[in-house]
Amino acid sequence: MTDNRMAIRQVELEVLRYNPETDQEPKLQKFTVPCVNEWCVLDALNYLKDNLDPTLAYRWSCHMQVCGSCGMMINGEPKLACKAMLRDYSGVIRVEPLSHFPIERDLVAVADDFMAKLKRVKPYLIPGEKRTLADGEYKQTPAQLERYKKYAMCINCMLCYAACPEYGLTPKFIGPGAISLAHRYNQDSRDGGRDERQEEIATSEGVWECTFVGACSDVCPKHVDPASALQQVKVASTVDWYLEHFMSWVKK
Amino acid sequence: MAKSNKPIIWGTFAAGGTLTAFVTPVLMVLTLLAATGHLPDMLAYDKLHAFAAGWFGKLVIFVIIFLSLWSQAHRLRCTFYDFGARADTLVATTVYALAGVGSIVTLVVLARF
Repeated sequence: MTDNRMAIRQVELEVLRYNPETDQEPKLQKFTVPCVNEWCVLDALNYLKDNLDPTLAYRWSCHMQVCGSCGMMINGEPKLACKAMLRDYSGVIRVEPLSHFPIERDLVAVADDFMAKLKRVKPYLIPGEKRTLADGEYKQTPAQLERYKKYAMCINCMLCYAACPEYGLTPKFIGPGAISLAHRYNQDSRDGGRDERQEEIATSEGVWECTFVGACSDVCPKHVDPASALQQVKVASTVDWYLEHFMSWVKK
Repeated sequence: MAKSNKPIIWGTFAAGGTLTAFVTPVLMVLTLLAATGHLPDMLAYDKLHAFAAGWFGKLVIFVIIFLSLWSQAHRLRCTFYDFGARADTLVATTVYALAGVGSIVTLVVLARF
């Protein structure tokens, strides 16, 4: 049996280049990179930077789909460069920074907008019941864990923002990632911060900007399914609205 | 930022969407069966007519038509929005007005039935 796993393949990369200090506008630059077929696009970029052009700027850290740094558009689709395997591509591979974000330089997108939105939705545990160390741990059943576990897998990679047409059209939209993380804590049995988060996400620039296109769930590398989180937030916010307006004596 | 009043519209949209997903296919199958003359006795014309003439039958028919109209109006509004037609006020007014007219017509027809 011939082992061709280490076979070298010449991969043509078309990489978006942009230096805001010197360039009027972004342009694509072609590189031919000798790659092992089992490499991912990130490996090809690393080879390119180490051997062909050290000025190329891009973010990466873990190389194993947990840090969420290397999100970029690969042939027009939002992907983690470490999860996009070269064997799945033929011909020229076009690599660009994430859509819908300003470009910092080359493949680096400016993440400030997402970071500000993330902060607004308070994606951390706000304990519902104050406990001292002596009271021991917060206990949770497997069923209670299951309610939010999927949404806790988010790695803040912003692929969902690059995929969401609503975010592209209306940048003030808080967006799939941040709302899913808000939902993750709202669903946590130990949490008591839902009212505070609703002030941000039950608004017109919050969940109600979403029209359930579902592209966020298609591209999520961690199978978080943000679209389902947003639908659940809509149902819960609708129930809230009716309770607040017609049955204000009922506790939410 | 104040909480949105969108739930008023979205509530009927979600309820209508769920309803049409389950009820519309059934109605289509029944209509096809009726058209080909394969309807069971239980669903014969006379029996369905009697059901539709009673207040409960009228209520069921109104709820199905009302929610379907409102959910499809909202779906259409979102579709316009997704395709980049940003005249949301005009689109919303038009589609909801159509749904409103449809609902009133349904009420009038049912009242005269």
